[in-house]
Amino acid sequence: MSNGNPSSSGAPPVRRVLEAVTGSLERRYASERRFRLLGRIAVITGLVFVGSLFLSIILTGYTGFKQTYLKVPVTFDQELLDPEGKRDPAALAAADFGALVKRAMQAAFPEVSGRGELRELFGLVSSGAEYQLQDMVEADPSLLGTTRDVWLLASDDIDMVVKGHIDRSVPEAERRVNDRPLAWLDALEKRGAVETRFNWGFFTRGDSREPELAGIGGAVMGSFYTLLVCLVIAFPIGVAAAVYLEEFAPKNRLTDLIEVNINNLAAVPSIVFGLLGLAVLINFFGMPRSAPVVGGLVLALMVLPTIIIAGRASLKSVPPSIREAALGVGASKMQTVFHHVLPLAMPGMMTGMIIGMAHALGETAPLLMIGMVAFVVDVPKGFFDPSTLLPVQVYLWADSPERAFVEKTAAAIIVLLAFLIAMNALAVYLRKRFERRW
Amino acid sequence: MSTPLLIAVLLGLAAAAYVFGRRRSVSLASGAGGVRHLHSLPSYYGSYAALWALIPALVVLSVWIAFRSTIVTELVVRQLPPEVQQLGADRLGLVLNDVRNLASGNVVSREVTSELRAAADHLKSLERISAAAMAVVVLSLGILGGGIAWRQISPRLRARNRVEGIVNVLLVTASTIAIFTTIGIVLSVLFESLRFFELVPISHFLFGLDWSPQMALRADQVGSSGAFGAIPLFTGTLMISGIAMLVAVPIGLMSAVYLSEYAERSFRAAAKPVLEVLAGIPTVVYGFFAALTVAPLVRDTGAMLGLQVASESALAAGLVMGIMIIPFVSSLSDDVINAVPQSMRDAAYALGATQSETVRQVILPAALPGIVGSILLAVSRAIGETMIVVMAAGLSAKLTANPLDSVTTVTVQIVTLLVGDQEFDSPKTLAAFALGLVLFVVTLGLNIFALHVVRKYREQYE
Repeated sequence: MSNGNPSSSGAPPVRRVLEAVTGSLERRYASERRFRLLGRIAVITGLVFVGSLFLSIILTGYTGFKQTYLKVPVTFDQELLDPEGKRDPAALAAADFGALVKRAMQAAFPEVSGRGELRELFGLVSSGAEYQLQDMVEADPSLLGTTRDVWLLASDDIDMVVKGHIDRSVPEAERRVNDRPLAWLDALEKRGAVETRFNWGFFTRGDSREPELAGIGGAVMGSFYTLLVCLVIAFPIGVAAAVYLEEFAPKNRLTDLIEVNINNLAAVPSIVFGLLGLAVLINFFGMPRSAPVVGGLVLALMVLPTIIIAGRASLKSVPPSIREAALGVGASKMQTVFHHVLPLAMPGMMTGMIIGMAHALGETAPLLMIGMVAFVVDVPKGFFDPSTLLPVQVYLWADSPERAFVEKTAAAIIVLLAFLIAMNALAVYLRKRFERRW
Repeated sequence: MSTPLLIAVLLGLAAAAYVFGRRRSVSLASGAGGVRHLHSLPSYYGSYAALWALIPALVVLSVWIAFRSTIVTELVVRQLPPEVQQLGADRLGLVLNDVRNLASGNVVSREVTSELRAAADHLKSLERISAAAMAVVVLSLGILGGGIAWRQISPRLRARNRVEGIVNVLLVTASTIAIFTTIGIVLSVLFESLRFFELVPISHFLFGLDWSPQMALRADQVGSSGAFGAIPLFTGTLMISGIAMLVAVPIGLMSAVYLSEYAERSFRAAAKPVLEVLAGIPTVVYGFFAALTVAPLVRDTGAMLGLQVASESALAAGLVMGIMIIPFVSSLSDDVINAVPQSMRDAAYALGATQSETVRQVILPAALPGIVGSILLAVSRAIGETMIVVMAAGLSAKLTANPLDSVTTVTVQIVTLLVGDQEFDSPKTLAAFALGLVLFVVTLGLNIFALHVVRKYREQYE
């Protein structure tokens, strides 16, 4: 009675504990199920995020690899293009191919007249169509004077209509493409003169303000040169630093300082490296803006910590018996490291290197700081040419207002991701192929 | 001679030095009775000569290249007429640009005067002299170095020790680059920031509530407030990072717990790499995803609920940033959870605890320091993230607590202030460096604090 416990109705203590436990079991199991469910929801949410990210990019981007062409009979008028009839390349280069395109379009739709309507008609084809014809004639001057059916590149708006990105049910005033061009397009379609083809030019051309002419060729080359600079600088320095710190460095203040620095640099926001590049490389040393050398240098400094940390890990995994055996037969410390330890650690270092390069390939922020966001039409041919990089190209296109650039952006992202996946797959393969268990 | 060609010739010279050095050592040894009478292997004599041919020449070459343009420009400026030299730095820069364009045969923006022509010719001749002198100096240094080393070669020369000594110096140099990078970062942001704080008081920068970095070109210009109070940027950054952490911490932590404690081996093997894919995706892709998919989704959902959502809302940027950070939280927490010894789990089960009770009352407390550390690292990652916010967050610095409103962040402002052509001395560009300094200090502080937490409170189970 003085116990104070209401449930103590005279039963033995063991029974009471058992009752309490079994009584609470249901509640505890329910909470167990809830917890497990929460965990499952978390994982599934994460997976859904991955899935929706990839899906949204791929669904937006796959049409970017295709481009619409219109078949138009073109009369390569000798009078217009080469009135002197000499087929002189210089004269052909200066000839008015724009007029040729206009005449061909007019001939295809003879009923169209009036300036406004004609401008709309000429708007069906891309402004790049004239260069297309020019290239044809320059390649084969015997075309002059003949009439051929030519597949001309359609303008980006027409391309969007064909791909179904422009809703025809919207009132004309709010639509990007008016009724008349749509009618002409339908007429062409009836003649079987509209086709979408794989857009090879997307991979070879440089940037352009016209979405149908824009390509990632320049950006890919820019990325290539930049990564080459980054590789040439970061790999030797990274390997040397890893070797020194892991094999030779005495335990002292300097070594500690270096290690602290490397670990901290690995966590510094990438944009700060861009500030470093801007202040030191461009403003102090006067290196050129927008050049792959500067980009490569900045990226090299950025990935160096990653490479050093990976390199040290792979040196650490080489067992001491290898070193002792080499030292035992009279090799010097340096010979031991360079002839025996380093070759065995090399696959691991290569893996770290590739992962670092993949990181560098996807990096954008520091490059914005050093002026690699320029609009570059030409494909860069060297380390000092102004150039842009694949991720920066994505950023530039994502900012462009034209509807057609959305799919180009997503297509460029698909290419970028393909490169990254290939690099990571190579790293995984190397690790699997050369990994040794001692 | 162009620089790549020069480097190629230099490498050829080094190769020749190697061959001759090696040959000399062998021939000297054959006089003394065979290679075993040499102190080192013949290849070390070759390497010794090659290193001597290469290294001094390369050092001179890189110093020359680093200072070439500065010196040449300085000499050209001295030769310009005095009234041009009196111009301000930016005007002078324009003139120099024209001189350079004229010299390289490009389009020039102004009338070509005889002075401009003379300056261009001077620039051209200076550059020619510089290139020629560089080639002569570097190559003769290479030959001289190789020759001296070649002369030194004798059977008693301790070539291996010397080569190893040089290699050791190179290794030390390579590993000190990390220190120099840090020093470079600190100095570059610090110097520009100090110049900024001369123009704008530091208290105004750190505690001001108004950010509008438009500077007046003329004194009477409208809207040239030039206010540099960074508080709205800090709050914007904190809000977006906060939203990101609200997404990333629960999802990341719970999936780490689920994958390491509950999931079957095959599911874990499949799901973990897929989640880690998120860490390898370039941030510009996230930015595009945020702007293309998530921001419209958030806006439409808000409109359905009758809420006013800005098209560049902090919520959208924060959500996507949270997705990006999930793998940081989950894989770091996963490591920490796996480091908790199995015996502790077994003990809890033996006492009758359910699995979730074990996780909540035994494993998570034991792993807490590591988890806190990983969250701190993730926060520092979120604060320094640039591309997502540049593409999905706004530009206007608003002091607001509404996540549906558009806010701007420190990194966005750094990018907008520095992208495009600006003169380098305006408070606008200098402000970017001051923001960079804040960013660097804060992320560094967070990292050091995270490491400290992990070290100090880590339970030792061995």
